[in-house]
Amino acid sequence: MPEAALALAPSVALTGDDRFWPVEINGLTYAAGGKVLVDGLNFRIVQGPVTAIMGPNGAGKSITLRLIAGLIAPSAGTMSYGGASMPGANQIAVVFQRPVLLRRSVAANLDHALKTYGVDRDQRRDRVKALLALGQLEDLARQPARVLSGGEQQRLALVRALAAEPCLLLLDEPTASLDPQATAAIEGLIARAKADGIKVMLITHDRGQAQRVADDVLFMHAGRIVEQTPTDRFFDRPQSPEAAAYNDGRLLLPSNASNSGS
Amino acid sequence: MQDFSAAFIAAFTLIATADPDFLEIIGLSLRVTLTAVLIACLIGLPLGAALAVFRFPGRLALTILVNALMGLPPVVVGLTVYMLLSRAGPLGVLELLYTPTAMIIAQTILVAPIIAALTRQVVADLNAEYDELLRAMGSSRAGRVATLIWDARYSLLTAALAGLGRAFAEVGAVLIVGGNINHVTRVMTTAIALETARGELALALGLGLVLILIAILINSALMGLRASAERMAYA
Repeated sequence: MPEAALALAPSVALTGDDRFWPVEINGLTYAAGGKVLVDGLNFRIVQGPVTAIMGPNGAGKSITLRLIAGLIAPSAGTMSYGGASMPGANQIAVVFQRPVLLRRSVAANLDHALKTYGVDRDQRRDRVKALLALGQLEDLARQPARVLSGGEQQRLALVRALAAEPCLLLLDEPTASLDPQATAAIEGLIARAKADGIKVMLITHDRGQAQRVADDVLFMHAGRIVEQTPTDRFFDRPQSPEAAAYNDGRLLLPSNASNSGS
Repeated sequence: MQDFSAAFIAAFTLIATADPDFLEIIGLSLRVTLTAVLIACLIGLPLGAALAVFRFPGRLALTILVNALMGLPPVVVGLTVYMLLSRAGPLGVLELLYTPTAMIIAQTILVAPIIAALTRQVVADLNAEYDELLRAMGSSRAGRVATLIWDARYSLLTAALAGLGRAFAEVGAVLIVGGNINHVTRVMTTAIALETARGELALALGLGLVLILIAILINSALMGLRASAERMAYA
């Protein structure tokens, strides 16, 4: 990573973040179409370690991520962010599996994000430069974002999310459709975010990726959290039969009929 | 046939010599239509964007109305504006009937629904695509509308050009509210209608050629816009 990237987020983990942690999730439930897709989750998100959310398709991982981000409203349950019922502006950032990029240049996408996050015009130019460097996108700054390769698009989406200087960064299978080199670049950015004090939670189906970037694994099955275990132990000695079966690639029969979404 | 070829020659002479009366008619056409399309954009762009983005009572009814008004026959618009502006009408005191202002009003009413309906469609599609991102970013409503309008700029320009084409080509509305008065409210289409009826084909043909040229220019602009939007992946 270029040195200019260090200009990213000196304030993260030092100032307003005290008001964000811990994130407490109590009885979080989401039902749609008569199916309970997320079933009474209770857990606490703490600052620091990178958490991989793993589990079979239909386990409720993406819905959980969207619930935490506030993109969908829970059917029941509460979330609190450092005691507040709503996260503050810019405290949570999300990157989706297929990046949604504006019909603008790479630099203009970043400028738009910074403007939305309330950064003054005179500071934006330098911040855009720093973010371009962070994403190794300097040479592509003037290119339309939507002609970039898949890997470049996802790098842009990730540094755009980092432009928020979030406390919590949520990634929904960010490398699912990327080649190994592009995946490595994204994992580098995740490590970088962690070093800057940003809590990263990512959904992944890639065991190697979980071992490379995650400190612990939150394993979901059939809308429930089955276990949350340090990464090494999760793959060597999982606590639950469901996780053991998942690790072995054995078919998991969901305990209820919910099988839609992931 | 001799008459026709003579008319063609006379028409080209009008164009080539830049005949002042001929230019006056074209100038008024441009002034009326461009002003009307500009005002229609000022109404139609925000209205279409609002229909696409905001949820409010009457939104569905308004959407149906705007879509229905897209196909409004110009003579009906002319009749409506005529009744509004005539001496006995509610706006008769303004004494606007048979003025270019009346023609601008009529064309604005004709074009604004087209621009609003096309804008609504374009912005609604883009809104669906950007929705999760903009919500994740915590974008304000005003910020969202601004983002959508800017990112849809090529498509919205296309909508404006479609409105421009319709306004240049229509004759019914401006004829009824303008009256085709020489040197006052005579525009290209009304002049063609009158001159053809009188058998004065030269002026009609000359103006017709200019109208065709304008149509070609508008469509070239459309194609150019579309091509550059696609090349830049902005479409």
